[in-house]
Amino acid sequence: MLNRRDVLSRSGQLAALMAGAGLLPAQAQAAWNAAAFEIKTMAELAKALGASAPVESKDVVVTGPDIAENGAVVPVGVSTTLTGVKKLMLLVEKNPSVLAASFDVNDAVEASFTTRVKMGQSSNVMAVALMNDNRMLFSQKEVKVTLGGCGG
Amino acid sequence: MSDPMRIRALVAGDKATVRILMSHEMETGQRKDSAGKTIPAWFIQEVTARHNGKPVLSAEWGPAVSKNPFLQFTVKSAKAGDKIAVTWKDNKGETRSDEATVA
Repeated sequence: MLNRRDVLSRSGQLAALMAGAGLLPAQAQAAWNAAAFEIKTMAELAKALGASAPVESKDVVVTGPDIAENGAVVPVGVSTTLTGVKKLMLLVEKNPSVLAASFDVNDAVEASFTTRVKMGQSSNVMAVALMNDNRMLFSQKEVKVTLGGCGG
Repeated sequence: MSDPMRIRALVAGDKATVRILMSHEMETGQRKDSAGKTIPAWFIQEVTARHNGKPVLSAEWGPAVSKNPFLQFTVKSAKAGDKIAVTWKDNKGETRSDEATVA
């Protein structure tokens, strides 16, 4: 006969199993957004983040060299003067891994981030802003690469 | 255990520009070794930073970020003597934290 003690014990075991698999909501939100890092286009990124279709905007700025001597270390940056921004992201269009980095924007930091990315070949680099109202704004710049950076 | 992060935080007005150089392979999982075997992906996935204990930066990275990652950001309302602590966590679950003082 199924008594309360058994039900509680089984529920606990199931929760532990689900937590381990990352299926519980709290876990899922804290974890790295694997779906976002698998996208191949900005349209797919918008879908993965629940945003509306990406719109080009002069208010989102992408910085990077016109020509990168070494595709293994290309300095790129994303910034915006807009308010109401949730995330700023950097994408490298022709990379096997398109979404390179995503930064949460809050009141404590300036909405401006710089890092270095690997670029396998000459490609567009996109700076994308996800707004609090789920609009997606972007700008892009072509970066030519003389020596590809994916190794091998 | 990886090398310590190099963190420099310089105050300019009421803000501090923080520059960090982390030590990490950032393996994409695309490369093959000389035997033809794929080298598994190994890269920093999450970076967080705190300013005097308060969370100020939260970032998610993919394998496209360069080896020995560089990161620059600017913290508002900062002054000399403040503490900046940076933590990263990679896809193997390894993690590292380092701290610096704003100069």
